[in-house]
Amino acid sequence: MKLNAKIPSGPLSEKWSKYKSSQNLVNPANKRKFDIIVVGTGLAGASAAASLGELGFKVKNFCYQDSPRRAHSIAAQGGINAAKNYQNDGDSVYRLFYDTIKGGDYRAREANVYRLAEVSNQIIDQCVGQGVPFARDYGGYLDNRSFGGALVSRTFYARGQTGQQLLLGAYGALNRQIAAGNVTMYTRTEMMDIVLVDGIARGIVTRNLETGELESHFGHAVVLATGGYGNVFFLSTNAMGSNASAIWKAYKKGACFANPAFVQIHPTCIPVHGASQSKLTLMSESLRNDGRIWVPKEKEDAEKIRAGKLKPTDLPDEKRDYYLERRYPAFGNLVPRDVASRAAKERCDAGYGVGSGQAVYLDFKDSISRLGKAKIEERYGNLFQMYEKIVDENPYETPMMIYPAIHYTMGGLWVDYELMTTIPGLFAIGEANFSDHGANRLGASALMQGLADGYFVLPFTIQNYLASQLSVPRMDPAKQPEFAAAVEGTKEWNEKLMGIKGSRSVDSIHKELGLAMWDHVGMGRNKPGLEEGITKIKKVKELFWNDVKIPGNADTMNIELEKANRVADFLELGELLAKDALHREESCGGHFREEHAMSDGEAKRDDDNFKYVGAWEYKGPGKEPELNKEALDYEFIQVKTRNYKE
Amino acid sequence: MDLTLKVWRQENRKAKGRFESYSLKNISPDSSFLEMLDVLNEQLIMQNNEPVAFDHDCREGICGMCSLFINGRAHGPDESITTCQLHMRKFSDGDTIVIEPWRAGGFPVIKDLIVDRSAFDQILQAGGFISVNTGSARDGNGILIPKEKSDESMDAAACIGCGACVATCKNSSAMLFMASKVSHLALLPQGRPEAVRRAKAMVAKMDELGFGSCTNTGACEVECPKGISIAHIARLNREFLVANLKP
Repeated sequence: MKLNAKIPSGPLSEKWSKYKSSQNLVNPANKRKFDIIVVGTGLAGASAAASLGELGFKVKNFCYQDSPRRAHSIAAQGGINAAKNYQNDGDSVYRLFYDTIKGGDYRAREANVYRLAEVSNQIIDQCVGQGVPFARDYGGYLDNRSFGGALVSRTFYARGQTGQQLLLGAYGALNRQIAAGNVTMYTRTEMMDIVLVDGIARGIVTRNLETGELESHFGHAVVLATGGYGNVFFLSTNAMGSNASAIWKAYKKGACFANPAFVQIHPTCIPVHGASQSKLTLMSESLRNDGRIWVPKEKEDAEKIRAGKLKPTDLPDEKRDYYLERRYPAFGNLVPRDVASRAAKERCDAGYGVGSGQAVYLDFKDSISRLGKAKIEERYGNLFQMYEKIVDENPYETPMMIYPAIHYTMGGLWVDYELMTTIPGLFAIGEANFSDHGANRLGASALMQGLADGYFVLPFTIQNYLASQLSVPRMDPAKQPEFAAAVEGTKEWNEKLMGIKGSRSVDSIHKELGLAMWDHVGMGRNKPGLEEGITKIKKVKELFWNDVKIPGNADTMNIELEKANRVADFLELGELLAKDALHREESCGGHFREEHAMSDGEAKRDDDNFKYVGAWEYKGPGKEPELNKEALDYEFIQVKTRNYKE
Repeated sequence: MDLTLKVWRQENRKAKGRFESYSLKNISPDSSFLEMLDVLNEQLIMQNNEPVAFDHDCREGICGMCSLFINGRAHGPDESITTCQLHMRKFSDGDTIVIEPWRAGGFPVIKDLIVDRSAFDQILQAGGFISVNTGSARDGNGILIPKEKSDESMDAAACIGCGACVATCKNSSAMLFMASKVSHLALLPQGRPEAVRRAKAMVAKMDELGFGSCTNTGACEVECPKGISIAHIARLNREFLVANLKP
């Protein structure tokens, strides 16, 4: 397949405005003749559905939760970036663009990232307009803080609940359009398949999660805003229901899947406590503004701490190794996430870990003595409370224990500049696409990208496509054989799952998959490990299809069947992820191949051979997928080795 | 820890529900309450029984999906948390724990411990937003908002829409839920132009959906996982009064 990113020509800073002024639009009277399906109601989905509704399109919006307000964007804590330069500290659209490209280790597209930085300021305005209560200073102006990978303070926040407040803003806009009749909302509804008519995306098949009923929905275009695939690792910071089934179904219908190996491992999560653990809880990156990360300098001290014979608070400063400050003087505790995660793993693997041995300290002692407890409480109160509830220790008095965990997936469906996948009429926005973060995402950029796609990019670019579809009438799925076939296929798939009647619960198999992924396709990857990982994943897949046990029926609410459907797709996706990691013989961003490291342990990128987007194309069951390459040409910036030391 | 659970089981909306007893062994005190239910479900599946259906998603106290009345209290015995943040160390070995769904006329049971809270969405669709089209907002710093106002607005905006307030209220009133949204928006200058219309429309919708009236008992405030104050109900009443004084 030939990948055409459709990047407009001309100078970087003029591409988007040039595109907007020359693209095709749909006139107001014609907009209501178009049906658009949006799957997902997170920041990307809700903002897209609301904005498309405002424009006059007829939108159908779907979510598996009981309300669109519960999509997992709600859990984002720290903030959202924008190039407002309100702090007068030298920020600009170019700097935000540059930091994002560099943070992504030069594996993202210049034109997309520049556009992202360009619309970032409008997002803040829009959210303030909606009533998002961003933090303000005493003069009434918006406040900022800094995040990893940046030397400026450009992050806007609403306490530790920024994602919640932004999502509630988008949800408010969505509610307004639902009341206006422009958006029809389907809750507790899961997308089961995408329907193509003559190779063009024309609708979806859904399952009503309360009644088990399968339904068909037509759309002139289908937009997937279904988030990332972090739950392929079972334990992650994602919500329990977060899944990759929509994008995986799209992949199997012909949409290329780009860079699946680019997974973000977040450095500051609460460590794993035991076998019944169901998910991992993130402690916001914003904590690294005021917290200092350390492990003991001496192994004996680490051993004593692990054995409970020494308290961390009793260890004097000179016996502590603030390893991020030591290794990266310029950025210190605020290095990007991939760098911080690997550094924590390195210390723990070398025997300096605390807690179970797989943890490091995040210490607020110095900032509490500098700023006072009240200030720290104001900034991070809800996070400290969350930590105390889970770990049963008071982080005001003793340092937090943290360890890296799967958090975000940079990879996703391949999309062009217009956010369209390789299937005509099928779009992917937010975390579901691969487009803006390269091999590593900077903190506070996920919210920015989700809302940029949903409010300010897709509502324009989708019109360029729809303008060519004016002659296509609304289809009645009941009269369209493609829909009937997709419903039949879904029914058979469910029956096949229900018919296995094995002896293992879905969760127990999902945990096995997760363990294989974490052990072999996690933070440190190497060739033999990845090969072993692929063998293990295949075995778990076999186990699943031979021995999974799903009680109940398919035609009623059946939570085990829902989980089984998701895990069935994760098992296939996990293998592709490992395959992509195996093929990429370099280290870049979140993808670290142990064979490709500098003498000081830093990642060794190979621009000569791997400066491309790897987009995998499905070739049918049992067949090897084909790798398509989109070369990354950097016209406007110089590609360098990432350096956070000076 | 060894526990006895008495769990509400109900096949569907129309079926008659009942309590079932289950015993669980070797539960780690560091497990969360929902992880304890995961263990129960694993056990039920292995015994060829249907697992207990319960709502949950983020498991970090912010999505508002989890619910549960535990030993007669919304979100269980601990303060200022959701059920997913409740840990088993709050219970003792040998305890009997009674687990029920939210019980309120506005929240019909769908299955086992899952209820239908779509009425909350409907209340917000009636007016719980600021009418601003994408792209039309002015510069974010063009609207100055005193820190105190912004903070107070944020206090109200912290509502996660879980429904504990309704489930706890003897009248099944949705006043705290609604008031938190009215207050969040009415405190901000951007929200003032529609404040009157908003309060009227939302109250009318709440009444229509069969939620009860507020009698100032204050139980909702006690059980709210986000500590939202009933002072916001007073603000709602004020907005509503003003709304009705205007023609």
